[in-house]
Amino acid sequence: MGEVEVPALRGVTFKINNGEVISIMGPSGSGKSTLMNILGCLDRLTSGEYTLDGEDVAGLDDDQLAQIRNQKVGFVFQNFNLLSRSTALENVELPLRYAGTTENPSKLAKKALENVGLGDRTHHKPTELSGGQQQRVAIARAIINNPAIILADEPTGNLDSKSGKEIMDLLLGLNKEFGTTLIVVTHDPKIAKHTARTIQIFDGLIKESKK
Amino acid sequence: MNFLQTLNEAWKSLYSNRMRSILTTLGIVIGVAAVIAMLAIGTGAQDTILNQISGIGTNLLFVFEGNEQDNSITVSPLTLQDANAISEVLAAPHVELVAPVIQGSGTVKYGGETKSTQIFGITPEFQEVRNYELIEGEFISEENVNGRASVALIGVDVAEKLFGQSEYLTGESITIDGQPFRIIGVLAPKGGGQFGSQDDVILVPLTTARSRLLSREQGKVDIIYLKAISADSVPEATSEVQEILRKRHHTDLGEDDFTIYTQQDFLTLASSITNIFKIFLSGIASISLLVGGIGIMNIMLVSVTERTKEIGLRKAVGAKKRDILIQFLTESSLLSLFGGILGIVLGWIISFLIGSLATSQGVAFNPQIDLGAILLATAFSTAVGLFFGIYPANKAANLEPVEALRHE
Repeated sequence: MGEVEVPALRGVTFKINNGEVISIMGPSGSGKSTLMNILGCLDRLTSGEYTLDGEDVAGLDDDQLAQIRNQKVGFVFQNFNLLSRSTALENVELPLRYAGTTENPSKLAKKALENVGLGDRTHHKPTELSGGQQQRVAIARAIINNPAIILADEPTGNLDSKSGKEIMDLLLGLNKEFGTTLIVVTHDPKIAKHTARTIQIFDGLIKESKK
Repeated sequence: MNFLQTLNEAWKSLYSNRMRSILTTLGIVIGVAAVIAMLAIGTGAQDTILNQISGIGTNLLFVFEGNEQDNSITVSPLTLQDANAISEVLAAPHVELVAPVIQGSGTVKYGGETKSTQIFGITPEFQEVRNYELIEGEFISEENVNGRASVALIGVDVAEKLFGQSEYLTGESITIDGQPFRIIGVLAPKGGGQFGSQDDVILVPLTTARSRLLSREQGKVDIIYLKAISADSVPEATSEVQEILRKRHHTDLGEDDFTIYTQQDFLTLASSITNIFKIFLSGIASISLLVGGIGIMNIMLVSVTERTKEIGLRKAVGAKKRDILIQFLTESSLLSLFGGILGIVLGWIISFLIGSLATSQGVAFNPQIDLGAILLATAFSTAVGLFFGIYPANKAANLEPVEALRHE
C-alpha cells in the first residue's frame, strides 16, 4: 500500500482582521481541525501561504513555529489540557517560562488569573477545580503573552451550558477589553451565533463565509 | 526555562511516580554500590598485601640461584662461601647482614599430634634480617650452628597445633621427620602473609638442617637473605652483591646465574597483580550499572509515551525541541544521580561490613573508599542517566505537536 496524499484543505482563502471574532464550523472530517492546526502554527502547509500578524509563517522551521505559538497564539482546548501536577499559577506561567524573557512570571500569571476571575485559586491544582474553572485557567494561560489571536477549539464542549456560557462571555469580554482576535472552532450553532462572522467548511472547501 | 524551574519540574514528575522512580533508581543504586564496594575491597586488599610485603623489611634483598629470563645457562649453586664473600665489609660496604638459608618442608610430631610445616635452616643473623622476636627462650646461636645442635625454634601455629599452647614449651622434645629435637624458644606471631603463614614454621641451625633434615650438597644454600644498611642503599647493595657473585661464578661476560630480588620488586609485582584484580572486580560490577542504565531508558520510554499529550501541550504553548529534550534528560539524570548517591552510601556500608567481618575473623583488612572512587561513581552514574536518557528524550523532543495533542 502506497501513501496517497489527500489534501485536507483546498482553496481556503480568507482574511481575518485584527480584533475580529469569528467562528469556524463544519462537520467532522471537513478539514476543520486541519484548518485550526494551521492557523495555530501547530502544523505546516504543504502548499500555499499563511500570513499571521504580518509574518509569513509558511517557511518557518519547528523551533521558529514554537516561538510564534508562544508569542502570537493562545490556545484554548476542549479538554483544557492543563498540567495536572502543577498549580493554576504554574500552568499559567508555562508560556512565560518557555519565552524565557519575563522577570517576574508569577506576578503576571497572578494578574492573568485575576482577569479570568480566579485570583483566589492560584495555588489550586486542576483536580481541585471545576471544569469551568479549569477552562478559565486555560484561558489565562492563553492570554498571558498578549497573543495576536486566541484559538479556541470547542472551548465549551466539555462544560455544562451554564459554565459554557460563562466561558464564551469571558472570551468575548477579553476580545472587547484587549482587542485580541478570537477564533472559535465549534459545531454548535448556538456558540457560532455569538460571533460576528462564521466560516462554514465542508470537504476542505469553504462553503460560506457570512457576516 | 531556567535551571531551577527545570529541576523543579523534573522532581515533581519523578515524585508523582514515586514507586516507579524508586524501583528505577534501585537499579543504579545496586550498580554503583557494587562498583564502590568492589573498588573499596580491591584497594583494601591491595593495601593489606603491600603492607605485609613492607612488613618484611624495607631494606631486604633476596638472592636466588638461577635466572628467570634464561634457563639454558649452566647454574652454579649459591654456597656458604658466596654468603661469606658478601659479608666481607670491604667488598660490600652497603650490606649489613647476610643470612644464608636452606628451606624445605617436614613433619613435626609431639605425642599424638602431627603437623607438616616449613623448615628453615638458618644462622643467627636470620633473626635480625627477618625481624623475628621470641615469646620465650632464645634464638639459635653460633654454637648451635657450629655444633650441629638438635635444637629448634617453633612458630606459634605449630606450637598451638602440637601443644595447644604457645608458652612454657622451652625444653620440650619433638621429632622432626623422625629426628629428635629440643625446643629452645617460641617465635612471636607475625600474622599471615600472602606466601602462607609466617607463624607456621620451624627454625633449626643451618648445619643441622643440612645434615639431618634437608639434604643438600656440601656448602650449598637455597636463598641468601641480605639486609642493606638502609632502605636508600638497596640499589648500591644490589650492585655490590652482583659484582661479587659474578666474579665468584665467573659470569662476568654472560648472563647472571643468580637473581636478586629487592622488596621493591615484590611490591611492584604485587601491586600490578592487585591492580588487575581491582579492574576485574569493578569491571564485573559495572555490568550491573549498565543494566541499571537500561532500566532508566526503559522507564523513560514509558514515561514519554504516557506523557505524549503533555509534550504536545508544552509544544503548543511554545516549548522548543531543546526545552523538551532538557526536561527529559534532567529527569533521567536526576534518577541516576539519586541512585549514584544512595549507591555510594550503600557501597560504603557494604565495604564497612565486610571490613568488620574480616577484622572479627582476625584478618587485617580495611576496605578503603577514596574520593576518586566516589567522584568516579557519581560521574559515571550521571553519565549513564544522560546516555540512556538521550534516546527517550530525543523521541519526546521530535514528537509532532499536532500528533501529540491528539494522543489519548
